[in-house]
Amino acid sequence: MKLSGAEILVQCLKKEGVDVIFGVPGGAIMPVYDILYSEPSIKHILTRHEQGAAHAADGYARATGKVGVCLATSGPGATNLVTGLANAYLDSVPIVAFTGQVSTKLIGTDAFQEVYICGITSSITKNNYIVRRVEELAEIIKEAFYIAKVGRPGPVLVDLPKDVQLAQTNFEYPDKLKVIGYNPTYDGHIKQIKMAAQSIEKAKRPIILAGGGVIISNASSELRELALKTSIPVTTTLMGLGSFPETHSLSLGMLGMHGTPYANYAISDADLIIALGVRFDDRITGKLSDFGAQAKVIHVDIDPAEIGKNISVDIPIVGDLKKVLKRLNEAVNKKEHKTWLEKIKEWKKKNPLKYKNDEILRPQYIIEKVYEITEGKAVIVTDVGQHQMWSAQYYQYTEPRTFISSGGLGTMGYGLPAAIGAKFGCPEKKVVCISGDGSFQMNLQELAIAMGHKLNFVVILINNSYLGMVRQWQELFFKKRYASTNLFGSPDFVKLVEAYGGTAIRVSKKQELYPALNKAFSLNEFVLIDCLVPEEENVSPIVPPGASISEMLGVD
Amino acid sequence: MRHTIAVLVKDYPGILAKVASLFTRRGFNIESLAVGHTEENGVSRMTIVVEGDEKVLEQITKQLNKLVDVFKVRDLQAQSSVERELALIKVSTNSLPVQSEVIQLVDIFRAKIVDVNNQIMTIETTGVEDKVNALIELLRPFGIKEVVRTGKIALSRGSKDIFTLKKTGE
Ligand SMILES: Cc1ncc(C[n+]2csc(CCOP(=O)(O)OP(=O)(O)O)c2C)c(N)n1
Ligand SMILES: [Mg+2]
Repeated sequence: MKLSGAEILVQCLKKEGVDVIFGVPGGAIMPVYDILYSEPSIKHILTRHEQGAAHAADGYARATGKVGVCLATSGPGATNLVTGLANAYLDSVPIVAFTGQVSTKLIGTDAFQEVYICGITSSITKNNYIVRRVEELAEIIKEAFYIAKVGRPGPVLVDLPKDVQLAQTNFEYPDKLKVIGYNPTYDGHIKQIKMAAQSIEKAKRPIILAGGGVIISNASSELRELALKTSIPVTTTLMGLGSFPETHSLSLGMLGMHGTPYANYAISDADLIIALGVRFDDRITGKLSDFGAQAKVIHVDIDPAEIGKNISVDIPIVGDLKKVLKRLNEAVNKKEHKTWLEKIKEWKKKNPLKYKNDEILRPQYIIEKVYEITEGKAVIVTDVGQHQMWSAQYYQYTEPRTFISSGGLGTMGYGLPAAIGAKFGCPEKKVVCISGDGSFQMNLQELAIAMGHKLNFVVILINNSYLGMVRQWQELFFKKRYASTNLFGSPDFVKLVEAYGGTAIRVSKKQELYPALNKAFSLNEFVLIDCLVPEEENVSPIVPPGASISEMLGVD
Repeated sequence: MRHTIAVLVKDYPGILAKVASLFTRRGFNIESLAVGHTEENGVSRMTIVVEGDEKVLEQITKQLNKLVDVFKVRDLQAQSSVERELALIKVSTNSLPVQSEVIQLVDIFRAKIVDVNNQIMTIETTGVEDKVNALIELLRPFGIKEVVRTGKIALSRGSKDIFTLKKTGE
């Protein structure tokens, strides 16, 4: 039987197990929408902006580990996806975006709503495709899903000219793929793994640096086994939060620009860094030449291009972390590191994360209370800014995929749509979006989805009347010249949510917080808590730009 | 240092832009790029000359390998490969003595005159880059009107091909 391109797309989505897609229709993608209209097994969520669709697909993917899917029309629909694609690219999140395109005969003529989206997105997608003939559609879709999820995951875009959506051909979903140009290495080189084990045996002050790769590779239990067997302390990047239980005594929390003092001291003092699924971003390393200056480096990653990119590596291992760690765990011996762990304990005691816990409702206190009331079991989705860093510092993550945040791109406006995606992916889980008054206003239109689909999750709005993170930099590095960071003119967020038909609570005093949280988490519906906090609270510690990570401001 | 990289890619419209934009984005400088079909249908081969140290070369190779439409990337060492470039050089030759001098140079360089009238001669030369450079320099005093160069193409010597050739450092 012959099917149209649009029908083939929908059949392929079903074969790939897609149950929900996020998008906005428009002229060039209407044939696809017409087929979706009568397809009961795929839920289409109409976001109010395509950026929201891309972030929702991203949040869905991070929360579930599955591929997220978004859909947009040509031209402005496609360009609105761009930030979401870049966001997913930098954090290695598997999403497939489908865009409508003008008919093949019109391509190149500046037709209505024509943009060359493959050109625009070539540096922010793992791969992209223009489907020129309906006969190649099924294979391209299969390849797109494959590329998005294998190896180091990432976003893939498939551009669908309108005539291709309408053209008919025989449909057959290929069961095999020939992708000659992409063959990730999964098994680490055994010689290298043995060398790594030897270095671990000899090390006196080893440290594990765990990143998002551990979560992507589902290697948390292997990581735990390694750390516990060898008594090696673990610090994580922002993306690695949740890969190792922060409640464990071997955990040092997050390192880097806003990391814990003891993580930054430990990595600066270490003689061996075991880096797992990280990419040594400048927010982690600080001044490169001082980073781990005393340490030998073992670096395990599935992407060979990350190894040796920013820092030189002594023992490179290309492979899938889960597989490599399994082998490594067999090769290492039980160890104790009494003196080293004693030293770390002292650092922890002397320099804990701290804030002024007085009568005032402070953001750090709010995060601690959210941790208590959710018993550390919620999926926390954040926006970008100070509140994001406080969420990283004052909530203790114990499970993978429970901290969802825009790391590499730092995209304000990510939080709300990503929380929506996470909730669609994990309806049984408690989802909490921690946002800022600035970030929230970058995609608040997606409140409509929360209401329309009766999603129950809680938004904690850390409302400091400022683009707080930028204000903090202005305070510290630009002589308190607060250029364009005061958010005057912001709406009354409680009324705003009410206008959408939702529940919102305002909290300005410390004693009001717990009752509000209690109410919010017992209501089983969407609730926003607008927390009025001091304007000039700072994230501490902070490594000034260009400094070594052991040189933190805010540490005595 | 200069490196010559051979890259096998899927042959479709857009691949050249994809590869070239990777170089731009990562801040790698392309000295020359030559591209054409290969012995295999649907596969094109690029010869890219880049400037950079070993670390840069390593990153370029790794980043190129990450492109799904790139099938093979190899660094070709000058001593173990055959390298050629083709150039067309249009020289002013408006007097007889100049014409005979140019013809002599063409002979020495084993180049060819492919177009001529009483004003100009167009010379075709192939060879390693240094040879092409040398000929251009010697012709310059006569007045070069136009030069076009293909950029380097290269193949490994002997029976090794791009598939059996080991990676540098392997
Ligand atoms: C889309 C986007 N624009 C600008 C920035 C730069 N930026 C980083 S943090 C920040 C302030 C965020 O303000 P808010 O959401 O209120 O969070 P706060 O820092 O106050 O907690 C800005 C403007 C960004 N990260 N993303
Ligand atoms: Mg703010």
